[in-house]
Amino acid sequence: MAQVPTAEEQVPTADCQVPQKPARPSVPVERPARESTRSWPLADRIFYWLCWATGVGLCLIAAWIVLYMMVKGVSFLKPSMLVSSPKPEITQQGSGGFSDPIVGTLIIVAIGTALAVPVGMGIAVWLSEYARPRWLARAVESTLEMLAGVPSVVLALFGLLVFSQGVLSFLSESSVSGGVTGISFLTAGITMGVLALPLVVTANYEALRLLPSRVREASHALGKTRITTIRHVLLPSIRSASATGGVLAMGRIVGDTAIITILLGGGVNTEPNSGFLGLLRGTGATLTSYIYYESPAGEGNSHEKAYAAAFVLLLIVLVLNGVATWISRERGGARRSIWSALGWGVPWTR
Amino acid sequence: MPPPIRRIALDRAPTVAPGAASGNGHPPPAATRSQTARLRAARPPVASVRERMALESVWLAYGENWVVRDVSLTVRQGEVLALIGASGSGKTTLLRSLNRLTEITDGAARAGRIALDGQDVHALEVNSLRRRVSMVFQQPNPFPMSIFDNVAYALAEQSPARGRRRRRRTPEIERAVVHALRRAGLYEEVAGDLDRTALRLSGGQQQRLCIARALAAEPEVLLLDEPCSALDPISTATIEELIVSLRESVAIVIVTHNLQQAFRVADHVAFMHLGELIEYGLAEQVFDRPTQERTREYVSGAFG
Repeated sequence: MAQVPTAEEQVPTADCQVPQKPARPSVPVERPARESTRSWPLADRIFYWLCWATGVGLCLIAAWIVLYMMVKGVSFLKPSMLVSSPKPEITQQGSGGFSDPIVGTLIIVAIGTALAVPVGMGIAVWLSEYARPRWLARAVESTLEMLAGVPSVVLALFGLLVFSQGVLSFLSESSVSGGVTGISFLTAGITMGVLALPLVVTANYEALRLLPSRVREASHALGKTRITTIRHVLLPSIRSASATGGVLAMGRIVGDTAIITILLGGGVNTEPNSGFLGLLRGTGATLTSYIYYESPAGEGNSHEKAYAAAFVLLLIVLVLNGVATWISRERGGARRSIWSALGWGVPWTR
Repeated sequence: MPPPIRRIALDRAPTVAPGAASGNGHPPPAATRSQTARLRAARPPVASVRERMALESVWLAYGENWVVRDVSLTVRQGEVLALIGASGSGKTTLLRSLNRLTEITDGAARAGRIALDGQDVHALEVNSLRRRVSMVFQQPNPFPMSIFDNVAYALAEQSPARGRRRRRRTPEIERAVVHALRRAGLYEEVAGDLDRTALRLSGGQQQRLCIARALAAEPEVLLLDEPCSALDPISTATIEELIVSLRESVAIVIVTHNLQQAFRVADHVAFMHLGELIEYGLAEQVFDRPTQERTREYVSGAFG
């Protein structure tokens, strides 16, 4: 820098005392008094307290659910339940644990996320960077909105219809009589991917739209193609939004029950045939369907197991939510995270 | 009436010209003029000046709105060409048309001929054109990568064959990156850690990184769109010195709203108004002895 050092900036020598700046002001600090609602009109005060009460009420309900489940879960959950399979016994002691549903949840989340994230990011990139012809982009946008509003049970029913077609018989085991069941980890996972797709697209699309055009222009001005720009500049810039979208998708998939009960069978055991593909084509259970099965409404009717499994499920969802919050907070640059430590901070917000 | 300015002298301490009286249309005091001439002589001489780009009656439009009308100009290597004019006069559009960045905007239309070394730019492949005619923008816009990767990104050839492989840091690339950073006068400040993220640099450093990035692919023409408008005076002075020193190896076109800056860095000045080129000539001539009434009013601060 062509900076000419001025007298003030010169390095102080030993005999030159630099006055220490006090950490706090020595004069009295003034802070504005907190506004009191007493001076407000009555209607304003009533409305204010109503808003306050709803907010606090929501927190209370959430805390009640979590605490109740924690107390129940901790009292019923035994470590052995996490590693033993459910058994067809009537007694609570004999009915085993829920290792199968845990594995089932992991498989379904893996399949669903592996489908929804790449496809969703592709759609988001197309919508934000290409979107030609216009009418098609508009159609895709409204389709996604509609898809986001479809109840998962409707989606599951439609999935059953599609996946029991003969052409798609490779996705699921066939019944003894030769009919295509359409019920398997694969079909349920694919349907979960469709369910989570709108979440992923929205998260990425919004982030891409918020990137200023000068980011793209900077890359184009260096003679880079659109694809290079997308891969090396745009996608790294929206890393945290993509991660948030992925985590939200996982949370959605973990929590859905209707698709599982319809497309993964009503049992609680994983019924693999042979090998990895056999497992994926077989039926099984997830934590949600296990909870339903063991609840007083289901066949198992073993509420202790249901509470224990619900506690595990709640933990998974809370962790996923926490991860999503943590990643998205990093967006505002409020704190240093793993991403920014790796040099992937979010640059375009300044 | 020239604004109170100094010309950049690379090999001497900065000199500030005595402030001229504010613009009222009187001829400039003799002292200012002679000082101008003296400072100009102090600018490092350029071995050769040669024509790089030629614009022949260029018209540019967005939709039905013609924003540049019938402009003819020459861009020479060894010189800095400054485009000045009020907002909306078409300077930036004209600048962006030189490497066909206008085409990104929907509904852009053009007429006339823009040639790079005698070849019509529209006959060239657009990405190779942009590697030869590079651009730096108003806002510093480094990519969210390390300093090294920012410059290396501009260098990387686009060959689909090795597209999926991670780019390796060959000594070749390393040399080119360091060379580009040196040319942009940034290397000494960042040499310690080229791997830290570019986003933690100061605004002036970021802008010089963007210049380094633009220089990395060894362009023939460098386009600068108000490169200092987001920077403080010290960073601005650094970048202006850089521009003057770079003009030997690359043709430079700069758009600026800052008349003093145009006077400090430019050899030729083009004054545009409402899409038309009003006056084009040597910097001294345009600022001291404008031939057009409009130019005289603008450079004396009567409007703009």
